[in-house]
Amino acid sequence: MDTTLLKSLSEAHGISGKEDAVRKIILEAIDGHTSDIRIDSLGSITAIKRGTVAGAPRVMLAAHMDEVGFMVSGVDGDGLLRFTAVGSIDDRILPGLRMKIGVNAIPGVVIWTPIHLGREQSVVKLANLRIDIGAANKDDANGKVKMGDMIVFDSYFGEVGTAMVRGKALDDRAGCALLIDVLRGGPYPVDVLAAFTVQEEIGLRGAQVAAQTLNPDVAFVLETTTANDIPNPLAVPDEMDEPNPTCRIQGGPVFTILDRSIIVNPRLLQFLRATADKHGIPYQLKTQPGGGTDGGSIHLANDGVATAVISNPSRYIHSPVTYLHRDDFDNSLRLVQALLHDMTSFGGTAL
Amino acid sequence: MKDLIKSLVEAWGPSGYEHHVRELIRGYAEPYADSIEVDALGNLICRVGQGDGKQRIMVAAHMDEIGLIATFQEPRSGYLRFTPLGGLIHTTLHGSRVRFENGVTGVIGAPEPLGSSRQNAPDLESFYIDISDGDGAGAVAPGTAAAFWRPFEERGTRLIAKSMDDRIGCVVALEAMRLLAKETPHEVYFAFTVQEEVGIRGARPAAHSIDPDIAIALDVTQAGDEYKGERNGIKLGGGAAIKVQDPGLVVPPAIRDWMIARAEADGIPYQLELLKAGTTDAAQIQSVRAGVPSGCISIPCRFVHTTSETVDLRDVEACVQLLTGLLKH
Repeated sequence: MDTTLLKSLSEAHGISGKEDAVRKIILEAIDGHTSDIRIDSLGSITAIKRGTVAGAPRVMLAAHMDEVGFMVSGVDGDGLLRFTAVGSIDDRILPGLRMKIGVNAIPGVVIWTPIHLGREQSVVKLANLRIDIGAANKDDANGKVKMGDMIVFDSYFGEVGTAMVRGKALDDRAGCALLIDVLRGGPYPVDVLAAFTVQEEIGLRGAQVAAQTLNPDVAFVLETTTANDIPNPLAVPDEMDEPNPTCRIQGGPVFTILDRSIIVNPRLLQFLRATADKHGIPYQLKTQPGGGTDGGSIHLANDGVATAVISNPSRYIHSPVTYLHRDDFDNSLRLVQALLHDMTSFGGTAL
Repeated sequence: MKDLIKSLVEAWGPSGYEHHVRELIRGYAEPYADSIEVDALGNLICRVGQGDGKQRIMVAAHMDEIGLIATFQEPRSGYLRFTPLGGLIHTTLHGSRVRFENGVTGVIGAPEPLGSSRQNAPDLESFYIDISDGDGAGAVAPGTAAAFWRPFEERGTRLIAKSMDDRIGCVVALEAMRLLAKETPHEVYFAFTVQEEVGIRGARPAAHSIDPDIAIALDVTQAGDEYKGERNGIKLGGGAAIKVQDPGLVVPPAIRDWMIARAEADGIPYQLELLKAGTTDAAQIQSVRAGVPSGCISIPCRFVHTTSETVDLRDVEACVQLLTGLLKH
């Protein structure tokens, strides 16, 4: 894991539709390692790393550049900012959080009622929240921010514990870092069609255009998924309430069986499992079908693309602090490189 | 035709896992197709005819049926948790039998099958599947798909089975292929599609590769003659249902009128369909590439998305005649 690179990716500000800062970092990082680097009309980066075997499958690898965040949607008379979510975020985590607003990264905090006032609010709704940037009034606030300004979690990247890193936006900057490492490695027998996509968090949008353009034979989506291997504070323990952790930190790359956007090609899933077994790489199956990924768009592009999803297990995604284990990242990288080397022996996508 | 219907409705093929159905259909289609291909998603595409300057027509019927997939096995009890493949009706689940691909039969249960209020079924998360064999925890790995199971039955002209939706559409397509006997002025692509029940996924790439001038989807439609039903005018035994509109598709009048004119010319009983909820493969096909004018011939069906979907043989025959007539002229 290139921690310096992951730090800069994690700390870059780039909500859906405003991925410019992330794109800049990636373009520098892959410079010299691929050919045919393009930025498409939606803003996704596509790049091709030519393979060594003629006629081998053309394999797309996709990771999304955007992160969940917010946008300024208005200024109240008292100078407090109204804001709206970009991507899915649990409103309940917001009160008291620090945010950075706009290109000048103005600091602000989401309002909340201190405990002294004893006002228990059981339901937190985004519509009732505001961001306080210390403005004296509406005019003062309007001098600092404007409608549509990007808002991101105010967070930093760092080490946590002995082998984990923490940071915002590891969904899916960790996938971007993984894809960069793949491109820096090689050569591979197959053509690698890399796509750093935009606007995944608001509906898998950039990937659709990227896949239509690259027109791959097979695609792997490099993602970050939620490791729910923590106690559920709301669970009532009984025999039928066994923990269902989705996946676990340090359990290795996570293979999706299906989610809301895709049923993973069964032959490709078999190939993932066989490749991991062959190379002694631990892996786990995602046991809950929530969410969707770029795979949802990619597998339906053009004449259809056999597609699988490989995720790093991480805790607390879509929050200011996501935890990622180095072993998981390293195992995901080993797996993807093994897949690219073994892809020439893949028998085909039909069961 | 009843043997063909029985064979297809009893076949195993939940969304994403249509390969057994596909091989069955391929076997029936082979004598009547000029070429057959399977695409990256598993759609089976059979071409009939060369075109000779006429239309390139796509006919779509989906192979998949609603089902479920095991996601997690409770460590102590051995019960399986699952996620649906397609729109399951919760009130029909308790006590239902499912078959996994490896042949294991499971029974679905729920802690409070009638719901705490006796009005609403429990959330899907509450349901579990018993696969115990009395000698261990049973052998179904998470990630294994299952289909509901009940045998095909007849009652007069009524035909009752699981997965009439949409194997009966596949039957209509196969029967039309047989009757055409490779004779058509058009270039016809019969697409047996995948993953309709999880969001109309297979039809789109199939249409992209076929690149048709017009398309006809074949699917079941909700009959309006169930007790306190939709009052949508669709009756079992009332003939082929020519779609006018559903929430995903406004059939272009030219396509609708083309179908009506054919039915009237050939004396085929038909009824006009305006469906309030649900849609078909045509909803995706219509917006592929530069757009494809698309219509739908529907088979009226009672108890849709249960293991007792009921259609009428006379309607099925009318649909076959109508489709064959359209493709012959």
